[in-house]
Formats: sequence, C-alpha cells, structure tokens
Amino acid sequence: MSDTITNVFICGVGGQGILLSSKILSALALNEGLDVKKSEVHGMAQRGGSVVSHVRYGREVFSPVIEEQCADFLLAFEKMEALRWLHFLKPGGTAIVNKLELLPSGLDNYPAGLEKEIEERCERAIFVEAEKLAREAGSPRAVNVVLLGVLAGLIGQPVEKWQETIRASVKPKTIDINLKAFDLGHALA
Amino acid sequence: MVELLSGNEAVARGAFEAGVAVAAAYPGTPSTEILENVAKYKEIYSEWSPNEKAALEVAIGASFTGKRAMAAMKHVGVNVAADPLFSAAYIGASGGLVIVSADDPGMHSSQNEQDNRHYGKLAKIPVIEPSDSQEAKDFFVRAFEISEQFDTPVLFRMSTRVCHALTPVEEGERTPPVEATYEKDFSRRVLVPANARPRHVLVEKRLVELEKFAETTDLNREIEGERSIGVITSGISYQYAREAFPGASFLKLGICFPFPAERVKAFAAKVDTVYVIEEGEPFIEEAARLAGVTVIGKEKISLCGELNQRLVRESFEPKKAEFSRADVPGRPPVLCPGCPHRAAFASIRKLRLHAMGDIGCYTLGALPPLNAMDACVCMGASITTAHGMEKALSPDEAKKIVAVIGDSTFVHTGLTGLINMVYNKATFTAIIVDNSITAMTGHQEHPGSGKTLGGEATYKIDYESLAKAVGITRFERVDAYDVKKVHETIKAETAADAPSLIVVEGLCILRNPEAGQSPRFVDEELCINCGMCRKTGCPALSKNDAGDKSHLSAALCAGQVCNVCAQVCPKDAIKPLEK
Repeated sequence: MSDTITNVFICGVGGQGILLSSKILSALALNEGLDVKKSEVHGMAQRGGSVVSHVRYGREVFSPVIEEQCADFLLAFEKMEALRWLHFLKPGGTAIVNKLELLPSGLDNYPAGLEKEIEERCERAIFVEAEKLAREAGSPRAVNVVLLGVLAGLIGQPVEKWQETIRASVKPKTIDINLKAFDLGHALA
Repeated sequence: MVELLSGNEAVARGAFEAGVAVAAAYPGTPSTEILENVAKYKEIYSEWSPNEKAALEVAIGASFTGKRAMAAMKHVGVNVAADPLFSAAYIGASGGLVIVSADDPGMHSSQNEQDNRHYGKLAKIPVIEPSDSQEAKDFFVRAFEISEQFDTPVLFRMSTRVCHALTPVEEGERTPPVEATYEKDFSRRVLVPANARPRHVLVEKRLVELEKFAETTDLNREIEGERSIGVITSGISYQYAREAFPGASFLKLGICFPFPAERVKAFAAKVDTVYVIEEGEPFIEEAARLAGVTVIGKEKISLCGELNQRLVRESFEPKKAEFSRADVPGRPPVLCPGCPHRAAFASIRKLRLHAMGDIGCYTLGALPPLNAMDACVCMGASITTAHGMEKALSPDEAKKIVAVIGDSTFVHTGLTGLINMVYNKATFTAIIVDNSITAMTGHQEHPGSGKTLGGEATYKIDYESLAKAVGITRFERVDAYDVKKVHETIKAETAADAPSLIVVEGLCILRNPEAGQSPRFVDEELCINCGMCRKTGCPALSKNDAGDKSHLSAALCAGQVCNVCAQVCPKDAIKPLEK
C-alpha cells in the first residue's frame, strides 16, 4: 500500500447531515483496512454556523486535520461554504458543490457570482442540485447521500462497497431512499 | 473489532473497561460527550452534577469507598473544581480517581485557552495525555491503575482535536469493579491542619515515586528516526509534529508530569537538536530546560491558538505556503429562529440597559444585530458582576443594570449572586432566561429541567420559592414570547428600588414540539421596510430580492409558538401563511 493519504474536506451549514456523510466515508475506508482519522468541531452546528469535517485515510494517518491546499476533494453542502473553504483544495483537486444558497445571519441578500468565483479558484468544480435529486430519491434529507454519491464516482471504490456501508450506517427505514439518492449522485460523476 | 470512536467515546469505553462505578460531570465543550457516552453503560452510575466542583466532590466521595470514580469537565471547569482537586491530591485515592480536563486550544467554544497541564503540577498529581482515541481508552484504564498504585488522583488531559476526532479503536476486556469497602480514615480525609501537614509530606514522597515511574513507563515512548532532529512532544501536538518532521526521532510523552528528566536527557544525547512541540504553554520545554537540556520550543512555536502540521512545519522553515482565502461573509452562530431568548434581548437593547451576561446560547444576544450584552466573564458571573457595577456606579446609572443568566448557568453558580444581591443590599434586576435545559452544549438535563441524565423524572427547581427563600420580594415570571409583557416587566423591575428576579420562560425551540407550526410571512403590501423585525436578529428574516421589503422564510420560521417579529412590527404586516 502506498504512503499516500486521501484527504476529503467536507463543509456546509449545521443541520445538513454533513456528519453522516463523513461517517459513511470513514466507515468505508476503515472496512478497507485503512487507517482513518475524522475531525469534527461540535457546538455551533445547530446555531446555523459553518460545519466542517476533515476525513483522512491511508496507510498511516497522523494529524486528524487536513492542511490547506492538500484536500483531494472538497465536498460542499452549500455554495458560500464551498468558497469559504476552497483554499483547502489542492491544485488539481475536485470541488463538488451543492448549489444551495443559505443566507447567513446579518446579510440582507445572498452574494451573486459565487459559482463563477469557485470555478476561477479551482481547476475542477462539479455543481450539483442535490436538493432536487434528494427529493427525486424520496426525501429532502437525503442531500448528504446524493453528494456522497458524486464523491464516490470520483473516488472510484466499487459501488457495492458503498452500498454495503450505507446500509450499515443509516436507519433501516431509510435504506432504500438513501441507496437511490446515492445512485442519483453517482450517475453525475 | 476495530471501530472509529471519538476521543470522548473512547474515554467512556475506557471507563467501562476499568470498572468505573461512579461518573459525574457538567457539560462543557469539548468534554460533554464523555459523560453522555459513559451513561450508556448501565453498569456505571452517571450524573450531571450542578457544576464541576460538585461533580468532582461526588467522585471523591465515591472514591472513599474503594470504588473507581471519575469526573469530566472542560478546561475552565477545572477552575470551578479546583478547590476539591487540591484537597483530593492530599487525601489520595482509595478507589482510583481520575479527572478529565478537556482543554480547548484555539478556543473553538471557550472564553480562554488555559493549559491545564499546569493544574497537575500545582496540585502535585500526575498528568496523562493521550494523542488519539486508542490511547484515550487505553491510557484512561492505565490512569486508574496508576491512581490506585500510587494513591493519587490523576489528571487526564485531552484537547478538542483528541476529544472530537474519530480514530480507530480496538476494544479491550472489562475489569469488573471491586466491592465497596468503606473504612473511616480520619487522618487522611479530614484535612484539618494537623492532618494536612503530614499529608503534604506524603504527597512530596509520592511525587518522587511517581517520577521514578515516569522514567520507565511505556506511556512514554520513542520513535526512532534520524539523528539530526529529536522532537519531544505530547497529546495532539505529537500528531502534528509527526507530519511536520517526517524523518525525525521522537520522544512522545504520555505522562508529562512528573517529568521524566533522565529519559529526556538520554534522548537529547542521541540527537543533534531538540525541538519541543506543544500547544499552549511551554510546559515540557521549561521542565526540559530545568533538567539542563537545550531545546527549541516557544521561540518558534506560538503560545496562542491551536497548532496543525503546517504551522509546526512553517515555524521552523522559512518557506510558507501561499494561498488566498476567498473573501466570504462570515456565518456566525445565532439564536435559532423561534429562540425564547430573543424578545428579552430586544427589550434590553431598546431600554439601553447595561447587561451583565453569562455563558450559554443566550451569550449570542451580545452579537449584532441584538448587541444586548455588555459583559460575559465566566460561568455564573452575571449576577455578581452586576452587583459590583451597582456598588461602583451612581444610583441613576445603577438603575440601568441587569444581569442575564440561563437556567443551567444559574443552578451552576448563579444562586450565590442572587443571595449576595439581597444580603448586601443591591437593587438591580436579575433575569433568568429559562428554556429548561442546558442547550448550547447539546441539550443536557439539569436541576431545572425536571429530568435526570437518564431521563427519569425528578424534582424541578422552583425559582419563585428559591427567590423568596433568599429574600427577593420582587419576583415575576413572564412568557418569553409575550413581547409586550417581557418589555414592561423588565422596564418596571429595573426602575424599582428593590432587587428583582424575572424568569423569562420558554422551552428551547429545538425541543419544542410546536416548532414550525403555522409559519408566518411578510405581507409586502403592508411592510414599510422599517427593519424592526430584522433587528430582532431572527435568521428566518432577511430582505426580499428587491431589497425594499422584509422577507420571512417559511422553511425557517418557528411559527405561531414564537410570533415575536409579528409583535414588533408596527404595521401588523407579519401574518400566518394560509395553507
């Protein structure tokens, strides 16, 4: 096994299900026998603040945090958050950005032109209408798994392994919706 | 079986494996999940104590019986528990006694970033630091063994990136707890001077034994590498240093106090240059210097903030990573849509009061646009600082003083201030914003919530009787969502010449089953864009696309249970959405 570490930087706003996505991704890597470290900062999530999760996996991982310009993938659940954390993406890395706009408190209007700025600042950005796909899968709350599906298409692990991990990680009643959400996201990548 | 566990979950698992019998804590990021997870083991008695001093004393009492006990808290919580901590050091540990200090370098959610390794040194008890979740579990079990072997409480020091990072953990076997065997031991446990003096002598002897232990224990370990650089480090800093100096030799300290001076000297002799990499204080660095070892530490590494691999690396090499952060508006945490604290703060701002605040969700009332809090010092300080202000200001100015404190904070350390108000004849108004839960840390029960940690119904504090018992004659209880009543009550009570207590009552909206029912909307035909609704700071409110009217998001609106914005609107422009 090479010494390379895969770094996935996941960001969004509290309440979007970011931690479930990072949980599934981490479980997948652990099941592959890799060393995995996942960082979260708890506390401000429910108060509408920025939420960030660092996932790192490889042969041996030391720091639980990703260094700036070292993330292979940036998985952003919200547009402004994508731009806020874009400097964590490595040159040549891929940003997966949900097109959702959530207005921060204190702002009157959501800034325009963010998609353009994201495209200017990174070499590859995939924009996803995750809410639409989640509804198609059967629940607006499946946004996190839709985005995970897109990521999975880029990371390239076998689909069966992802499906198995999702089955083990979500509530039994939601398995079908989540698997459908995953497929819809995966088809985009 | 290997699982990904957070450091906090791993400590809880360690408590189970160590056969801990009693666990007590008060919530505080990043420690909160420790007790939440310990509570999942039915074999362990777990409680949320009113504050950290109580939690540690509960653990100390349990330890008297020979049972293993623990108390967990954030770093500033140890300040509250410091009194019993120092006594416990003299008393020792009949049953293993471990105190978890979960520090917060970088202040992700704290008022300071004090480095609590110093508490161990000052209290003369060993300090153990895990660097990941496996160590959090394994070292926690070891901590109890050390506690009993040396008859000492142990300080188990973690930090945010160990507490809240998930790393692989292999579970171990459980040591069943021993039978309780309480024996009176007057000369050990009654710390009158005649008993305490010989206890101190014992403590110093114990430290000598502990130091010998630290010299040879496998809690400290070396990682072989190149000769040119030797890194001495501990805790999460070890992980950053491993990435910053990939080829170096390492001495990783799992027990940093007592300091294993001989081991450090031997390590230093094997390498050309010694770096000490530690977040916070030069704790290891100073001990190394005292032992005569030449090291490079805080002259390179910042005293402030948390570290990471880039900061460590860049502290030692001239090349800095170049990257630009996009200029993006901040996304500060705010009071939730429908938060019951909102109207009280809007009122405080409108009345231009000097608000001495406290720690909790309601601290967010200090931020724009509410801007309704003047000070937030530490837990329970609101009422007492208000008291001090009043005694120093002129009577006219003093009429503008209010103290604002949450229910959990009040139980924690606010009651003392209330007693002081009456006893020392102050006249200001104290306001308890009562949402019946410890909210900010994730909704934990407390003596004012009506339930125990385990969810059992229990006595719920009656603030009115409490106020009466301490001599407060002016008591008012108001509905947090009745904007007019809240305003009039605060106005009347601050004007009065007697001390007042107002309880502003409303369930935390995140726990309110009626949240979201019958959301409101802004009728643009009536809206005059005065902005009064937006000044309440509710995140559901913004301007419309044209920027000339207010806009209320139905998805975010808490609905009829709140209705605060509708009440402040001078034009009755905010109404229920027809389905």
